[in-house]
Amino acid sequence: MTDHRTPTAIAAPAPAPAAVTLKPVPLHQVLPWLAFAALLAFVAMYFVGAEQGATSLLNGTAVHEWTHDGRHLLGFPCH
Amino acid sequence: MTTARDLLVRGLLAGLLAGVAAFFVAYVVGEPSVSAAIALEDSAGGHSHGTDTGSAAAEDHDHGHAAGGHDHGTAGETEVPRSLQSTAGLATATIVAGVTLGGLIGVVSALGMGRFGRLGARGVPLLVAGLGFVAVYLVPFLTYPPNPPAVGSADTIGYRTELYFLLVAISVIAGVTAVLVGRRAAARWGAWYAAIVCGAAYVVVVGLASSLVPTYDEVPEGFPASVLYDFRLSSVLVQLTLWGVIGLVTAELAHRLAVRGRRSERTTALVDA
Repeated sequence: MTDHRTPTAIAAPAPAPAAVTLKPVPLHQVLPWLAFAALLAFVAMYFVGAEQGATSLLNGTAVHEWTHDGRHLLGFPCH
Repeated sequence: MTTARDLLVRGLLAGLLAGVAAFFVAYVVGEPSVSAAIALEDSAGGHSHGTDTGSAAAEDHDHGHAAGGHDHGTAGETEVPRSLQSTAGLATATIVAGVTLGGLIGVVSALGMGRFGRLGARGVPLLVAGLGFVAVYLVPFLTYPPNPPAVGSADTIGYRTELYFLLVAISVIAGVTAVLVGRRAAARWGAWYAAIVCGAAYVVVVGLASSLVPTYDEVPEGFPASVLYDFRLSSVLVQLTLWGVIGLVTAELAHRLAVRGRRSERTTALVDA
Protein backbone atom coordinates (compact mmCIF):
# COMPACT_ATOMS: atom_id res chain seq x y z
CA MET A 1 0.00 0.00 0.00
CA THR A 2 1.19 3.54 -0.64
CA ASP A 3 2.30 5.50 2.35
CA HIS A 4 0.22 8.65 2.48
CA ARG A 5 2.09 10.06 5.47
CA THR A 6 5.10 11.12 3.44
CA PRO A 7 5.14 14.87 2.87
CA THR A 8 5.62 14.48 -0.89
CA ALA A 9 2.41 12.49 -1.11
CA ILE A 10 0.54 15.34 0.57
CA ALA A 11 2.22 18.02 -1.48
CA ALA A 12 1.70 16.36 -4.87
CA PRO A 13 -1.22 13.93 -5.15
CA ALA A 14 -0.15 11.26 -7.64
CA PRO A 15 -2.08 11.43 -10.94
CA ALA A 16 -4.10 8.19 -10.64
CA PRO A 17 -1.62 5.32 -10.13
CA ALA A 18 -2.22 2.81 -12.89
CA ALA A 19 -2.83 -0.49 -11.11
CA VAL A 20 -4.65 0.56 -7.95
CA THR A 21 -7.82 1.76 -9.65
CA LEU A 22 -9.37 -1.74 -10.02
CA LYS A 23 -12.74 -1.74 -8.33
CA PRO A 24 -13.81 -5.11 -6.90
CA VAL A 25 -17.02 -6.47 -8.43
CA PRO A 26 -19.58 -6.99 -5.64
CA LEU A 27 -19.76 -10.64 -4.48
CA HIS A 28 -23.51 -10.99 -5.01
CA GLN A 29 -22.98 -10.02 -8.63
CA VAL A 30 -20.23 -12.59 -9.34
CA LEU A 31 -21.42 -15.62 -7.37
CA PRO A 32 -24.30 -16.74 -9.68
CA TRP A 33 -21.93 -16.59 -12.67
CA LEU A 34 -19.32 -18.49 -10.69
CA ALA A 35 -21.77 -21.22 -9.68
CA PHE A 36 -22.95 -21.66 -13.27
CA ALA A 37 -19.47 -21.61 -14.80
CA ALA A 38 -18.14 -24.08 -12.22
CA LEU A 39 -21.07 -26.45 -12.79
CA LEU A 40 -20.67 -26.29 -16.56
CA ALA A 41 -16.91 -26.89 -16.34
CA PHE A 42 -17.51 -29.85 -14.03
CA VAL A 43 -20.06 -31.48 -16.37
CA ALA A 44 -17.86 -30.85 -19.43
CA MET A 45 -14.81 -32.29 -17.69
CA TYR A 46 -16.82 -35.34 -16.68
CA PHE A 47 -17.81 -36.06 -20.28
CA VAL A 48 -14.34 -35.40 -21.64
CA GLY A 49 -12.55 -37.17 -18.81
CA ALA A 50 -14.60 -40.01 -17.40
CA GLU A 51 -17.90 -40.85 -19.19
CA GLN A 52 -17.99 -44.44 -20.50
CA GLY A 53 -14.76 -45.15 -18.69
CA ALA A 54 -15.01 -45.80 -14.98
CA THR A 55 -18.67 -44.75 -14.92
CA SER A 56 -21.25 -44.64 -17.65
CA LEU A 57 -24.42 -42.58 -18.03
CA LEU A 58 -24.87 -43.40 -21.71
CA ASN A 59 -24.71 -46.83 -23.32
CA GLY A 60 -21.97 -47.82 -25.70
CA THR A 61 -18.40 -46.62 -26.13
CA ALA A 62 -18.80 -43.78 -28.64
CA VAL A 63 -18.11 -40.94 -26.15
CA HIS A 64 -15.10 -42.81 -24.79
CA GLU A 65 -13.72 -43.45 -28.25
CA TRP A 66 -14.41 -39.96 -29.58
CA THR A 67 -12.61 -38.27 -26.66
CA HIS A 68 -10.08 -41.11 -26.32
CA ASP A 69 -6.88 -39.31 -27.33
CA GLY A 70 -7.85 -36.10 -25.59
CA ARG A 71 -8.65 -38.02 -22.44
CA HIS A 72 -5.21 -39.63 -22.44
CA LEU A 73 -3.32 -36.44 -23.29
CA LEU A 74 -5.26 -34.22 -20.88
CA GLY A 75 -4.12 -36.58 -18.15
CA PHE A 76 -7.28 -38.42 -17.12
CA PRO A 77 -7.07 -42.12 -16.25
CA CYS A 78 -8.37 -43.85 -19.38
CA HIS A 79 -7.69 -47.58 -19.19
CA MET B 1 -17.34 -0.71 -14.40
CA THR B 2 -16.08 -4.22 -15.08
CA THR B 3 -18.73 -6.89 -14.61
CA ALA B 4 -18.65 -10.68 -14.29
CA ARG B 5 -20.20 -10.86 -17.75
CA ASP B 6 -17.34 -8.87 -19.32
CA LEU B 7 -14.74 -11.27 -17.96
CA LEU B 8 -16.81 -14.39 -18.70
CA VAL B 9 -16.97 -13.40 -22.38
CA ARG B 10 -13.22 -12.71 -22.49
CA GLY B 11 -12.44 -15.95 -20.68
CA LEU B 12 -14.58 -17.97 -23.11
CA LEU B 13 -12.80 -16.38 -26.06
CA ALA B 14 -9.40 -17.06 -24.49
CA GLY B 15 -10.53 -20.64 -23.82
CA LEU B 16 -11.49 -21.16 -27.46
CA LEU B 17 -8.04 -19.99 -28.59
CA ALA B 18 -6.39 -22.12 -25.88
CA GLY B 19 -8.39 -25.20 -26.91
CA VAL B 20 -7.27 -24.82 -30.53
CA ALA B 21 -3.64 -24.23 -29.48
CA ALA B 22 -3.76 -27.24 -27.12
CA PHE B 23 -5.12 -29.36 -29.98
CA PHE B 24 -2.15 -28.48 -32.19
CA VAL B 25 0.32 -29.20 -29.38
CA ALA B 26 -1.45 -32.49 -28.62
CA TYR B 27 -1.54 -33.48 -32.27
CA VAL B 28 2.07 -32.58 -33.05
CA VAL B 29 3.78 -33.45 -29.75
CA GLY B 30 1.44 -35.98 -28.16
CA GLU B 31 0.07 -38.16 -30.94
CA PRO B 32 3.41 -39.82 -31.87
CA SER B 33 3.69 -41.34 -28.38
CA VAL B 34 0.00 -42.36 -28.38
CA SER B 35 0.45 -44.07 -31.77
CA ALA B 36 3.67 -45.72 -30.60
CA ALA B 37 1.91 -47.06 -27.50
CA ILE B 38 -1.02 -48.41 -29.54
CA ALA B 39 1.39 -50.06 -32.01
CA LEU B 40 3.18 -51.72 -29.08
CA GLU B 41 -0.16 -52.82 -27.67
CA ASP B 42 -1.14 -54.39 -30.99
CA SER B 43 2.21 -56.03 -31.67
CA ALA B 44 2.19 -57.57 -28.20
CA GLY B 45 -0.66 -59.72 -29.54
CA GLY B 46 -3.79 -60.33 -27.51
CA HIS B 47 -2.76 -59.13 -24.10
CA SER B 48 -5.03 -58.72 -21.15
CA HIS B 49 -3.13 -56.14 -19.11
CA GLY B 50 -1.61 -58.90 -17.04
CA THR B 51 -4.93 -59.79 -15.45
CA ASP B 52 -6.51 -63.19 -15.29
CA THR B 53 -9.49 -62.31 -17.45
CA GLY B 54 -8.55 -65.19 -19.68
CA SER B 55 -7.83 -65.70 -23.36
CA ALA B 56 -11.32 -64.75 -24.52
CA ALA B 57 -10.79 -61.19 -23.45
CA ALA B 58 -7.24 -61.28 -24.72
CA GLU B 59 -8.26 -62.49 -28.15
CA ASP B 60 -10.54 -59.62 -29.01
CA HIS B 61 -8.18 -57.19 -27.37
CA ASP B 62 -10.68 -56.19 -24.77
CA HIS B 63 -9.94 -53.74 -22.01
CA GLY B 64 -13.12 -54.91 -20.36
CA HIS B 65 -13.93 -51.88 -18.25
CA ALA B 66 -17.31 -50.91 -16.91
CA ALA B 67 -18.58 -49.48 -20.16
CA GLY B 68 -17.72 -52.64 -22.03
CA GLY B 69 -14.57 -53.26 -23.95
CA HIS B 70 -13.14 -51.18 -26.70
CA ASP B 71 -10.10 -51.52 -28.84
CA HIS B 72 -8.05 -48.91 -30.53
CA GLY B 73 -9.45 -49.46 -33.96
CA THR B 74 -6.39 -50.56 -35.85
CA ALA B 75 -8.40 -53.59 -36.91
CA GLY B 76 -11.22 -51.28 -38.01
CA GLU B 77 -13.72 -52.70 -35.55
CA THR B 78 -14.39 -49.59 -33.48
CA GLU B 79 -17.23 -47.12 -33.81
CA VAL B 80 -14.74 -44.27 -34.08
CA PRO B 81 -11.69 -44.92 -36.29
CA ARG B 82 -8.22 -43.90 -35.09
CA SER B 83 -7.99 -41.25 -37.81
CA LEU B 84 -10.95 -39.43 -36.22
CA GLN B 85 -9.87 -40.05 -32.61
CA SER B 86 -6.54 -38.34 -33.25
CA THR B 87 -8.04 -35.33 -35.09
CA ALA B 88 -11.69 -34.32 -34.65
CA GLY B 89 -12.10 -36.29 -31.41
CA LEU B 90 -8.94 -34.83 -29.93
CA ALA B 91 -9.95 -31.32 -31.00
CA THR B 92 -13.40 -31.77 -29.41
CA ALA B 93 -11.81 -32.73 -26.10
CA THR B 94 -9.28 -29.87 -26.00
CA ILE B 95 -11.75 -27.22 -27.20
CA VAL B 96 -14.52 -28.28 -24.79
CA ALA B 97 -11.96 -28.30 -21.98
CA GLY B 98 -10.56 -24.93 -23.12
CA VAL B 99 -13.86 -23.08 -23.46
CA THR B 100 -15.28 -24.27 -20.13
CA LEU B 101 -12.00 -23.69 -18.24
CA GLY B 102 -11.66 -20.29 -19.93
CA GLY B 103 -15.15 -19.24 -18.85
CA LEU B 104 -14.48 -20.40 -15.30
CA ILE B 105 -11.10 -18.62 -15.15
CA GLY B 106 -12.75 -15.46 -16.51
CA VAL B 107 -15.42 -15.46 -13.79
CA VAL B 108 -12.92 -16.31 -11.01
CA SER B 109 -10.76 -13.45 -12.31
CA ALA B 110 -13.79 -11.13 -12.05
CA LEU B 111 -14.05 -12.24 -8.43
CA GLY B 112 -10.34 -11.56 -7.88
CA MET B 113 -10.16 -8.10 -9.50
CA GLY B 114 -9.26 -5.49 -6.90
CA ARG B 115 -9.13 -8.12 -4.17
CA PHE B 116 -5.42 -9.00 -4.40
CA GLY B 117 -3.67 -5.87 -3.19
CA ARG B 118 -2.05 -4.02 -6.05
CA LEU B 119 -2.30 -6.92 -8.50
CA GLY B 120 -3.67 -5.42 -11.71
CA ALA B 121 -6.00 -6.47 -14.51
CA ARG B 122 -3.22 -8.49 -16.13
CA GLY B 123 -1.94 -10.00 -12.91
CA VAL B 124 -5.23 -11.42 -11.61
CA PRO B 125 -6.07 -13.73 -14.58
CA LEU B 126 -2.43 -14.86 -14.70
CA LEU B 127 -2.54 -15.70 -10.98
CA VAL B 128 -5.87 -17.52 -11.35
CA ALA B 129 -4.70 -19.56 -14.36
CA GLY B 130 -1.33 -20.32 -12.74
CA LEU B 131 -2.83 -21.51 -9.46
CA GLY B 132 -5.50 -23.41 -11.40
CA PHE B 133 -2.88 -25.27 -13.44
CA VAL B 134 -1.03 -26.29 -10.28
CA ALA B 135 -4.10 -27.25 -8.24
CA VAL B 136 -6.25 -28.89 -10.92
CA TYR B 137 -3.59 -30.62 -13.03
CA LEU B 138 -0.02 -30.55 -11.71
CA VAL B 139 -0.61 -31.80 -8.15
CA PRO B 140 -2.83 -34.76 -9.16
CA PHE B 141 -0.34 -35.44 -11.99
CA LEU B 142 2.46 -35.91 -9.45
CA THR B 143 0.52 -38.68 -7.69
CA TYR B 144 -1.22 -40.32 -10.63
CA PRO B 145 0.71 -39.44 -13.78
CA PRO B 146 -1.30 -40.06 -16.97
CA ASN B 147 -0.69 -43.25 -18.92
CA PRO B 148 -0.62 -43.89 -22.67
CA PRO B 149 -2.75 -46.68 -24.15
CA ALA B 150 -1.46 -50.16 -23.19
CA VAL B 151 -0.50 -48.96 -19.70
CA GLY B 152 -2.91 -49.44 -16.81
CA SER B 153 -5.05 -52.35 -15.70
CA ALA B 154 -8.73 -52.64 -16.65
CA ASP B 155 -9.40 -54.03 -13.18
CA THR B 156 -8.38 -50.84 -11.40
CA ILE B 157 -9.65 -48.15 -13.80
CA GLY B 158 -12.68 -47.53 -11.55
CA TYR B 159 -10.61 -46.98 -8.41
CA ARG B 160 -7.96 -44.96 -10.23
CA THR B 161 -10.56 -42.64 -11.75
CA GLU B 162 -12.28 -42.10 -8.38
CA LEU B 163 -8.95 -41.49 -6.63
CA TYR B 164 -7.81 -39.13 -9.38
CA PHE B 165 -10.94 -36.99 -9.05
CA LEU B 166 -10.68 -37.20 -5.24
CA LEU B 167 -7.15 -35.80 -5.43
CA VAL B 168 -8.32 -33.03 -7.79
CA ALA B 169 -11.08 -32.17 -5.29
CA ILE B 170 -8.72 -32.18 -2.27
CA SER B 171 -6.16 -30.08 -4.14
CA VAL B 172 -8.74 -27.52 -5.34
CA ILE B 173 -10.42 -27.21 -1.92
CA ALA B 174 -7.03 -26.89 -0.19
CA GLY B 175 -5.91 -24.35 -2.80
CA VAL B 176 -9.04 -22.20 -2.51
CA THR B 177 -8.79 -22.33 1.30
CA ALA B 178 -5.12 -21.32 1.14
CA VAL B 179 -5.97 -18.32 -1.06
CA LEU B 180 -8.88 -17.20 1.16
CA VAL B 181 -6.85 -17.55 4.36
CA GLY B 182 -3.85 -15.99 2.60
CA ARG B 183 -5.81 -12.85 1.72
CA ARG B 184 -6.67 -12.34 5.40
CA ALA B 185 -3.14 -13.13 6.51
CA ALA B 186 -1.73 -10.71 3.93
CA ALA B 187 -3.48 -7.81 5.68
CA ARG B 188 -1.58 -8.69 8.86
CA TRP B 189 1.79 -10.09 7.75
CA GLY B 190 2.12 -8.70 4.24
CA ALA B 191 1.59 -10.59 0.99
CA TRP B 192 5.08 -12.20 0.93
CA TYR B 193 4.88 -13.99 4.30
CA ALA B 194 1.20 -14.83 3.88
CA ALA B 195 1.93 -16.45 0.51
CA ILE B 196 4.83 -18.47 1.92
CA VAL B 197 2.90 -19.74 4.96
CA CYS B 198 -0.31 -20.56 3.06
CA GLY B 199 1.63 -22.06 0.15
CA ALA B 200 3.51 -24.31 2.57
CA ALA B 201 0.26 -25.34 4.28
CA TYR B 202 -1.19 -26.24 0.87
CA VAL B 203 1.89 -28.33 0.02
CA VAL B 204 1.62 -30.19 3.36
CA VAL B 205 -2.09 -30.97 2.83
CA VAL B 206 -1.73 -32.25 -0.75
CA GLY B 207 1.50 -34.06 0.18
CA LEU B 208 -0.34 -35.90 2.95
CA ALA B 209 -3.26 -36.74 0.65
CA SER B 210 -0.85 -37.99 -2.00
CA SER B 211 0.99 -40.21 0.46
CA LEU B 212 -2.24 -41.72 1.80
CA VAL B 213 -3.82 -42.86 -1.49
CA PRO B 214 -2.74 -46.26 -2.87
CA THR B 215 -0.13 -46.45 -5.61
CA TYR B 216 -0.62 -48.35 -8.86
CA ASP B 217 2.39 -49.72 -10.66
CA GLU B 218 0.87 -51.03 -13.86
CA VAL B 219 3.42 -50.37 -16.58
CA PRO B 220 3.67 -53.64 -18.54
CA GLU B 221 7.03 -55.36 -18.57
CA GLY B 222 9.16 -54.28 -21.50
CA PHE B 223 7.14 -51.11 -22.20
CA PRO B 224 9.73 -48.55 -23.42
CA ALA B 225 10.47 -45.92 -20.78
CA SER B 226 11.06 -43.34 -23.50
CA VAL B 227 7.50 -43.71 -24.87
CA LEU B 228 6.11 -43.38 -21.35
CA TYR B 229 8.25 -40.29 -20.72
CA ASP B 230 7.36 -38.69 -24.07
CA PHE B 231 3.67 -39.29 -23.44
CA ARG B 232 3.70 -37.81 -19.94
CA LEU B 233 5.80 -34.84 -21.02
CA SER B 234 3.42 -34.11 -23.89
CA SER B 235 0.47 -34.32 -21.49
CA VAL B 236 2.13 -31.62 -19.35
CA LEU B 237 2.75 -29.50 -22.48
CA VAL B 238 -0.88 -29.85 -23.60
CA GLN B 239 -2.20 -28.73 -20.20
CA LEU B 240 0.43 -25.98 -19.93
CA THR B 241 -0.70 -24.67 -23.33
CA LEU B 242 -4.33 -24.80 -22.25
CA TRP B 243 -3.91 -22.89 -18.96
CA GLY B 244 -1.09 -20.69 -20.26
CA VAL B 245 -2.97 -19.39 -23.31
CA ILE B 246 -6.13 -18.87 -21.24
CA GLY B 247 -4.13 -16.92 -18.64
CA LEU B 248 -2.23 -14.75 -21.13
CA VAL B 249 -5.19 -13.96 -23.42
CA THR B 250 -7.60 -13.27 -20.54
CA ALA B 251 -4.94 -11.06 -18.93
CA GLU B 252 -4.49 -9.01 -22.10
CA LEU B 253 -8.22 -8.67 -22.76
CA ALA B 254 -8.92 -7.79 -19.10
CA HIS B 255 -6.18 -5.15 -19.23
CA ARG B 256 -7.68 -3.54 -22.35
CA LEU B 257 -11.08 -3.61 -20.67
CA ALA B 258 -9.69 -1.88 -17.56
CA VAL B 259 -7.86 0.78 -19.61
CA ARG B 260 -11.00 1.49 -21.62
CA GLY B 261 -13.05 1.68 -18.41
CA ARG B 262 -10.57 4.12 -16.85
CA ARG B 263 -10.53 6.30 -19.95
CA SER B 264 -14.31 6.53 -20.13
CA GLU B 265 -14.45 7.32 -16.40
CA ARG B 266 -12.00 10.16 -16.87
CA THR B 267 -14.03 11.49 -19.79
CA THR B 268 -17.20 11.42 -17.72
CA ALA B 269 -15.41 13.26 -14.93
CA LEU B 270 -14.30 15.97 -17.38
CA VAL B 271 -17.79 16.31 -18.79
CA ASP B 272 -19.22 16.57 -15.27
CA ALA B 273 -16.69 19.25 -14.37
